[in-house]
Amino acid sequence: MAQTLYDKIWQDHLVTEQEDGSALLYIDQQLLHEVTSPQAFEGLRLADRSVWRIAGNLATPDHNVPTDPKERETGIAGITDLIARTQVSTLDDNCRAFNIEQYDIHDKRQGIVHVMGPEQGATLPGMTIVCGDSHTSTHGAFAALAQGIGTSEVEHVLASQCLLQRKTKNLAVRISGELGHGVYAKDLVLKIIGELGTAGATGHTIEFMGEAIRNLSMEGRMTVCNMAIEAGARAGLVAFDDVTAAYVKGRPLAPSGELWDQALAYWRTLHSDADAVFDTQHSIDVTNMAPQVSWGTSPEMVVAIDGVVPEPVGAKEEGIRNACTYMDLQPGQKMTSIELDRIFIGSCTNARIEDIRVAAQVAKGRKVASSITQAMVVPGSGLVKAQAEEEGLAQILVDAGFEWRAPGCSMCLAMNADKLQPGEHCASTSNRNFEGRQGHNGRTHLVSPATAAAAAIAGHFVDSREFV
Amino acid sequence: MNKFTSHSGIATPMLGDNIDTDQIIPSREMKRVSKVGLADGLFSGQRYLYEGNQKIGANPDFILNQAPYENTSILLSGKNFGCGSSREHAVWALAEYGFKAIIAQSYGEIFFNNALRNGLLPIVLGEAEIAQLAASSSDLTTVTINLRELTVSGNGGSPISFQLETYYQEMLLNGWDFIDLALQFTDQLDDFAKQDRKKRPWAYLSATD
Repeated sequence: MAQTLYDKIWQDHLVTEQEDGSALLYIDQQLLHEVTSPQAFEGLRLADRSVWRIAGNLATPDHNVPTDPKERETGIAGITDLIARTQVSTLDDNCRAFNIEQYDIHDKRQGIVHVMGPEQGATLPGMTIVCGDSHTSTHGAFAALAQGIGTSEVEHVLASQCLLQRKTKNLAVRISGELGHGVYAKDLVLKIIGELGTAGATGHTIEFMGEAIRNLSMEGRMTVCNMAIEAGARAGLVAFDDVTAAYVKGRPLAPSGELWDQALAYWRTLHSDADAVFDTQHSIDVTNMAPQVSWGTSPEMVVAIDGVVPEPVGAKEEGIRNACTYMDLQPGQKMTSIELDRIFIGSCTNARIEDIRVAAQVAKGRKVASSITQAMVVPGSGLVKAQAEEEGLAQILVDAGFEWRAPGCSMCLAMNADKLQPGEHCASTSNRNFEGRQGHNGRTHLVSPATAAAAAIAGHFVDSREFV
Repeated sequence: MNKFTSHSGIATPMLGDNIDTDQIIPSREMKRVSKVGLADGLFSGQRYLYEGNQKIGANPDFILNQAPYENTSILLSGKNFGCGSSREHAVWALAEYGFKAIIAQSYGEIFFNNALRNGLLPIVLGEAEIAQLAASSSDLTTVTINLRELTVSGNGGSPISFQLETYYQEMLLNGWDFIDLALQFTDQLDDFAKQDRKKRPWAYLSATD
């Protein structure tokens, strides 16, 4: 029978399935970080359980590490927030106690879990991957079934290497047309979420298909899959192809030699069969699509950069009205009239080398507007940071007036010192514009790195295609 | 996990859609390595008054600060409750505050799983049924949940049926542990991994090999 990509990965990881549809799914790789793992390790201790497969776990601190380069110099001891210090040192202690590999705060491989995993080859095609973080969907770019889970399930995977699940439905998002010059994967995924809505993919795994996806780099595909969760999907997927193979080959934890050949033969099967049936379909034509920007307090509240804040009408009238109040915007107001206070370029959505390159391209020879309180660039990992410095990108950004930070999740979730002050507007390359997400009463606009960098220069939103 | 059979309590209507886990507990309130002490951060963005970033007291306009809802144990909401971040802190905070059940039109899937694993019952009902329960709760009345019968009833109203996967119902009724249940399949897990390692040896490489 014809199968979707999701069907194939599911079937190859199915340990047992009960008559009622509940199943145990084998997990290849778990990624751990300091915020959602301590209670899971504590649970193991209380129940006197051991880790089922130690080598199936890999850890790094990211959510609450400081990104101030000075504060980072002395590692854990230098973390001024005592609770953050406890979280990071607890991860150290737990990894040591359970013998789990960790790229710690001093390690140049440390970074946002969803940047580090692919970079190291811990993320491989055809795998099942979990992490106590909803943006685990990122790894679906590698034709891997990657799911965000809660801490109880983190403990469950530590103890049993499997998850109790039911199979989801299949949703195909077919993208036709090509992205124009100066329009990026982030614009594409914002457009998709705007159309699907934040619960549009609930109960589904999305496979992103079509020419525009095939033409994306792995970085771009990761950006798209990263935000599958913002449409409510369990996971996002992109089929394996030569672009995937070229990215994976030679990564430290990727197979080599004969194992590579064996893996490659298997990975070549990681696509939906031509006649596979999807439960739900959605099509988008991206020809002539402009850069996208979120205006409201949900990732589905998206318009084109040359658009306006919508009128509070229709089924979502109350939501639009509430969002306008929170964001201090008027219906009909042009997006380009919104003045920004802070700029954040970073997060598991957009902190890879390609993102830093685009930001530097926009910033080169220009200056951050004097009205901007802070413009920060936070690379996704120590390796991205090193590469950006080697390519001269960091210097370009610093010369333009951006702060060049140490790797971590930073202002995406505002758990550390990087946050908005009440009332501030931020052009952010992250993934959530929920109320208070980037700081109490902060106002977030989700955009691509190009749009964020251009907004930093102009002081307000502007069509970034004029800058690249 | 504690057993859940039935529960009666005051239901608080927060009927908006898309109440995300950042609203339920902002990241700044989850700086802990344990599951306890999170209730103070529940809905903190709306529950307190602020001067800048500083809390200066309870926000009297927020429903949980108003009688009789300070003694609530059931939350009524709209669509997509608990969407967004996977943070289980949202469930721990709700449970520690005293909530035993949520009744909403739909849920973020990760939240739904997290709730079940902590004995916080996530019930799905239709918009009209939730509105009916909300109307009865405003008369200082209680909502009663019977997990064995899979029913919810407002004050004096007839029972409304809801659906829940049988295995989840069994888990909660018996207070079973999800990990214990999975570990009953240890032999199958071992067999699976043994066969799979032959089929996909490249998936068993690791940083520590």
